[in-house]
Amino acid sequence: MTVNTDSAAAPAAAQKRKDRSGPWLSLLAWVIGILFVLPVAWMVLTSFHSEADAATNPPAVFAPLTFEGYREFFTGGASPWPPLLNSLTASVVSTALVLLLSFPAAYALSIKPVRKWTDVLFFFLSTKMLPVVAGLLPLYLFAQKAGLLDNIWLLIVFYTSMNLPIAVWMMRSFLSEVPVEMLEAASMDGASLTKTLRSVIAPVVMPGIAATALICFIFSWNELLFARVLTATVAETAPVFLTSFVTSQGLFLAQLCAAAFVVSLPVLVAGFAAQDKLVQGLSLGSVK
Amino acid sequence: MTSVAEKTDQGTSPVPAGASGVARRAADWVRRAPLLPALVFMIIVTQLPFVATLVISFMDWNAYYPDERGFAGFDNFRRVFTDVNLRDAVWTTILLTVGVVLVSIVLGLGIALLLDRKFRGRGAVRTMMIAPFLVVPVAAALLWKHALYNPEYGLFNGALTWVGKLFGVDRPAQPDWITNMPLWSVIFALVWQWTPFMMLILLAGLQGRPLDVVEAARIDGASGWQIFRSMTLPHLRQYLELGALLGSIYIVQNFDAVFTITSGGLGTANLPYTIYQIFYQAHDYGRASAAAVVVVVGTIIIATFALRTVSSLFKEDSGR
Repeated sequence: MTVNTDSAAAPAAAQKRKDRSGPWLSLLAWVIGILFVLPVAWMVLTSFHSEADAATNPPAVFAPLTFEGYREFFTGGASPWPPLLNSLTASVVSTALVLLLSFPAAYALSIKPVRKWTDVLFFFLSTKMLPVVAGLLPLYLFAQKAGLLDNIWLLIVFYTSMNLPIAVWMMRSFLSEVPVEMLEAASMDGASLTKTLRSVIAPVVMPGIAATALICFIFSWNELLFARVLTATVAETAPVFLTSFVTSQGLFLAQLCAAAFVVSLPVLVAGFAAQDKLVQGLSLGSVK
Repeated sequence: MTSVAEKTDQGTSPVPAGASGVARRAADWVRRAPLLPALVFMIIVTQLPFVATLVISFMDWNAYYPDERGFAGFDNFRRVFTDVNLRDAVWTTILLTVGVVLVSIVLGLGIALLLDRKFRGRGAVRTMMIAPFLVVPVAAALLWKHALYNPEYGLFNGALTWVGKLFGVDRPAQPDWITNMPLWSVIFALVWQWTPFMMLILLAGLQGRPLDVVEAARIDGASGWQIFRSMTLPHLRQYLELGALLGSIYIVQNFDAVFTITSGGLGTANLPYTIYQIFYQAHDYGRASAAAVVVVVGTIIIATFALRTVSSLFKEDSGR
């Protein structure tokens, strides 16, 4: 061990050099983190201010807190509950459908792959690259003819197609982690498909399914363009409800911040609770 | 492939020699069956509408003039290619996408490098960094438009007043951000939302870096910059490409920020917004479809290159 002192001295020197800039780099990281979270913090703080305090210059940071903005948002005009419930329905049901469709598809693309499975995989991805706005018009005309305008089920079908390619890619990447030896052993033991699925595949891919569900939920909850065109008063979703604030005038900042916070809350909670899943999901499962 | 198919054949049922072709075809269909629902669903919901778009693009069809519906030949396409607004929209889309992707990747890389070190509160900083990405896009755009950019009581000008007071300036500058730099206003808001995304992917890439090699290079006396140039950056290449590709897919299609912050005014109308306007406000279905067809063709050309990138990444990945 003593022979190694010479080579051990070099990293120690490098370590010392690093230590000197270290605190400054940590401080920089903190400053950048605070700058990025500042608009969100400002949104939350403003939502608890009175309208008069929200519209001051310079900002009244320490103004008294109040629920006025929230009261106004929930009871002032049109109720936000139906749009929130619509968003919840559309996101949850479409996510469930996506999981139901993507799991078997991913199975046929990884564990027992069909011929030319890479082509199929790239077909799915290519649908994500086509501009959605180009398919919007025929869907709208179809919905108009079929009397499906302002119907939440139409949105559910569309959100399913929007998230299915992402889900297939993610699920495939998670399923391909199932060790082949375990599958062979199971089939050798004569285990049925359901038994293999439950006891071999499920434990490995459960975290992957959770990541997929999280991403699909967030994307459906956030969607605006289709919801705006295809829904009106009945099936209106939360993002569409928010667009009523685009051109509002007068003192409405506290109410706007309350609305923005309430609508973002499910995504914030889910995203913070599952930060690692978020990374997995956003990279289509390629980052483990 | 064939060996696996034969193995399943043997496993399920002993087949007479003459019927082996039929049995293989049946086995193939058993393999394909789980894939079919998803595939058929995608073809119906995403491909059929494009066929309809193609048909409508050759028609005179404006909801305001229902009697004039009919075949239009290439009229719509002629109008699309001579439309100055659409040409501007192409340019705006490129600027917006390249601007947001480039800035957020560079920022994201810097922040990922900062977060790749151990320091007190690293988890907290990471959590703070993710927050912008978790705000619903419309809500974020509203927040920037009204609570930050507003020239009278927005946070930016409020901060300028506050700093001005601190230094004894009587009338600090109070710019009207959105009017003075509309496209940059949209870009900044989007960069704020997308930097966390890039940071997360690049940070995951950094943490998958083989540290012993880096340590060996450091012992050999390599400087930090040398290590970054010749080891970290090549390792991160595929993560940078992945981030750029996914970011582009989403930002090219951006509608929320443009719609909310500027309502497409002041030269910020990108392609999705412009087509939305032709369709939803002008109700000119024929022209909207022709524009959509042109955009799809353009996208296919660009996407072919992009997909080649992914498939090269993918080949490295599937060496299992």
